[in-house]
Amino acid sequence: MAKSLAQEFTKGLWKEIPPFRLVLGLCPTLGVTTTVENGLGMGMATAFVLVASNILISMLRKIIPSKVRIACYIIVIATFVTVVELLMKAFAYPLYLSLGVFIPLIVVNCILLGRAEAFAAKNGVVASIADGLGIGLGFTLSLAALGAVRNILGTGELTIWKGVVIHHIFGLSYHPFAFMVQAPGAFICLGLMLCIMNIVGKK
Amino acid sequence: MKDMIKMIVVLTVLSSLSGGLLAALRDGTKDRIEMQELNLVKGPVIHQLLKGATNDPLKDRFKVKDGDVERNIFVGVFDGKPDVIAFEVTGKGFASDVGLMTAINVDTDKFIGAGVTTHSETPGLGARAKSDPNFTAQFKGLPASAPLKVTKDGGQINALSGATITSRGVCAAATEAATIYQRIKPQLIAKLKDYSK
Repeated sequence: MAKSLAQEFTKGLWKEIPPFRLVLGLCPTLGVTTTVENGLGMGMATAFVLVASNILISMLRKIIPSKVRIACYIIVIATFVTVVELLMKAFAYPLYLSLGVFIPLIVVNCILLGRAEAFAAKNGVVASIADGLGIGLGFTLSLAALGAVRNILGTGELTIWKGVVIHHIFGLSYHPFAFMVQAPGAFICLGLMLCIMNIVGKK
Repeated sequence: MKDMIKMIVVLTVLSSLSGGLLAALRDGTKDRIEMQELNLVKGPVIHQLLKGATNDPLKDRFKVKDGDVERNIFVGVFDGKPDVIAFEVTGKGFASDVGLMTAINVDTDKFIGAGVTTHSETPGLGARAKSDPNFTAQFKGLPASAPLKVTKDGGQINALSGATITSRGVCAAATEAATIYQRIKPQLIAKLKDYSK
């Protein structure tokens, strides 16, 4: 293992941060980031599935026959996604209502299969945990950032977590840019943020 | 050949482990999820419909077998008489199913109200079925025996402007509620006796 654990972890936060650098997992990125709360919830659910599936897949990597590896990865990922869905329904029902169909859709999130195939299948358990945590945290932060921008511009207020709302950021006379909370706004916002990331990253 | 067997064994073991784990988790969380749904989705609508009831309709509920399905019936006690029941039905909306909680007075066979519980209709159009109280208020006092329709189809419900499909879905749900009610009425009356005080 050439890279240290710290490197495996931190690469997810900048060098390979999804969705900005990997440009994977765009479906939830565009779909749920209308508020910071949704972004954080979605990000944490994905991070949990990512870490859990990374652990299991790297543990099983010598047992899984290479011809059916994708099927095995999908079984592992789908199982953990259903676990998250059930737990969220039982303990965080309002969040489940606002994320809705995007929770079961984590199964088809490319980040999960991508990390399973590109990392967990070739590395040890500890390194896979570091990788999963890093990528998961990066994804959570990205979704929260995107959610914050869209939330502020689209409604003029910022919903951080249950009931923690900052009202009238731009004063009372601000007319909400409602377009930002809809799907086209998500594309434009993501595009602009990618662009900024690339400008900053080049230096 | 050895490869083949290994593939089959690994996939089978993995799938059955996954199935077992999920079944156990589902059993473990089932009651909690039902409570959450009751309190957060159905609860507010039920309390609004059965305003003035002297009991807690969420607590006083029973299940009725209607063919193959079990229906959750919520009881409202008014002036000491348990004569109002509420239950949920679904209708086809514009985007997906619309859940409608209907409350019916067993003595008069009339709707005393209806309220949308779950939906994924367009905000500002179909979603007003839930947010605009004037729409569902139209069901109040209508007989729970005849089909309900929007005025465009020759009925008595004014559709939400720009959301005829949603309005039709809600009417269809209410009509279904009336049909179900007529079907299970004997069972209801037998059960309701237990709640009179």
